Amino acid sequence: MTGRSENEQPLLEARDLVVHHGQLRALDSISLRVLPGEVYAIIGANGAGKSTLLRTIVGLHQPTEGSVLFDGRDVTRMRPERRAKQGIVLVPEGRRLFGSLTVEENLKVGATYARPGPWHIEQVHEMFDWMRERRNQPTAQLSGGEQQAVAIGRALLANPRVLLLDELSLGLAPVVVQRIYGMLPQILETGLTVLLVEQDVSQALRVASHIHCLLEGRTTLEGRPADVTADQVEAAYFGLAGAGPGPGPAVSPPGAGPPGERSER
Amino acid sequence: MAWVNAIIQGVLTGGLYALFACGLSLMFGVMKVVNLAHGDLAVVAGYVAIGVIAVTHIPVLWSFIIVVPVMAALGYALQRTLIQSALDRSVLTTLIVTFGLSVVIENGLLQFFTANSRGIGTGLALVTGAFTIGSQISIAYLLLLIFAVAVVVLLGLQYFLSRSKYGRLIRAVADDKEAAQLCGADYRHVFGIAAAVAFATVALGGIAYGMYSNLDPTTGTDTILLFAFAAVVIGGLGSLWGTLLGGVVLGVAQQIGAQINISDELLAGYIVFIVVLVLRPQGLITRRASS
Repeated sequence: MTGRSENEQPLLEARDLVVHHGQLRALDSISLRVLPGEVYAIIGANGAGKSTLLRTIVGLHQPTEGSVLFDGRDVTRMRPERRAKQGIVLVPEGRRLFGSLTVEENLKVGATYARPGPWHIEQVHEMFDWMRERRNQPTAQLSGGEQQAVAIGRALLANPRVLLLDELSLGLAPVVVQRIYGMLPQILETGLTVLLVEQDVSQALRVASHIHCLLEGRTTLEGRPADVTADQVEAAYFGLAGAGPGPGPAVSPPGAGPPGERSER
Repeated sequence: MAWVNAIIQGVLTGGLYALFACGLSLMFGVMKVVNLAHGDLAVVAGYVAIGVIAVTHIPVLWSFIIVVPVMAALGYALQRTLIQSALDRSVLTTLIVTFGLSVVIENGLLQFFTANSRGIGTGLALVTGAFTIGSQISIAYLLLLIFAVAVVVLLGLQYFLSRSKYGRLIRAVADDKEAAQLCGADYRHVFGIAAAVAFATVALGGIAYGMYSNLDPTTGTDTILLFAFAAVVIGGLGSLWGTLLGGVVLGVAQQIGAQINISDELLAGYIVFIVVLVLRPQGLITRRASS
């Protein structure tokens, strides 16, 4: 039993979240505990509910059951903009830049309601140095990777306590993805906690300190990357019963045992 | 020479129409609300000005100092309550709600102020006077003043939207209100501010119209709303300078129509309106080339 202690106070916690999209049960009793300073990766195939989970955590979806806790406080009913001001900041899927605003203006909107902290436009310019001379360009003229960088910069300027990254790699060339994930240590140095969603499992395993696999809205695997085998991940990702070492459809990690109430299902 | 005069008069009246139109355009551009009570609110502003002048004896030209903030506050309040709750249901609901608001305002004004028309009497030589160029061109100081006010308002709006913190937020929310929420912006508050700005411009429009012509409870929908619509459509939605161009084109068309036959004034304006709608439905000036 290494690393995660169940006694440590999580920065961000979801308890038995159930989320519906109309009739569809998109998330089925999902729980997670993100500890301070951690890189927590949620992996899963298309439609597993990863983005729904992040959107529920930031308040863009209301759960039908369950709760979201931030720093020990229940924020389930808090409006998304209040959560952002408290330090839960999402880089949304598809980047969602403000199309009629310039690069600089996008960053300034991100800084408008910032908490006090280390990130200012200067720091973002240092991390992505091309932004300095192209600050007055409309974001529509940027490449996908550059747009992603602006989206990350915009989120960092809010000085988040926990940064949520939704599918950074989507639609980007592998080299660009590498470069963006290469920035992660620099971001973590400032004391941030990261919760990310990734379809690219190998990428997630490389950067994460904890992984959590979703399949059709349910948790199928949880643990430290070092403690799970490739076979287990594959089984949990695709839901192949019997492909993993265990007989059941739910593969338990050999590391930190999952909370009891969850492994019942 | 009479034709030159008609064009000059048309251009100057265009400033007044732009003053009506820019608030309508702003509310549609940001909230996607077509405010059918827009014209009636201008009339309300005019009546408030009449009341303020009667009670405080403030110089007529300075009445805007009180009326504009009052209308801006009313705009914020209406947006945060009535219009927002309609928006939460659907964009179509806002049409019905603002139409209802228009009916209520019109009948309220009839009830309390009767159907008699009244103007904002200025009594100032500066306002009632005119100067002449040659024998046929006569330019009213008031119309020139209104045109100048319209240009200043549009310049101010442009500066506000492009440079200020709230202007930036308004554009961000208009682009993607969910992404703005993720940046910590309460879009309902930002909508309220946009509505306050729109109502401030409509207040100026109402006062200007009250000085230029006469106000009665039906002026709002009969005249102001229709002219504002036409100016916005001709100029191009979402473009500030497009509203000025739209107002000017409408004004010139009306004056030329009147020159041909006095009863063709309105008809000529709407013919241009329909021609633009058919040939260039996006308006004469479009805001963005891409996206």
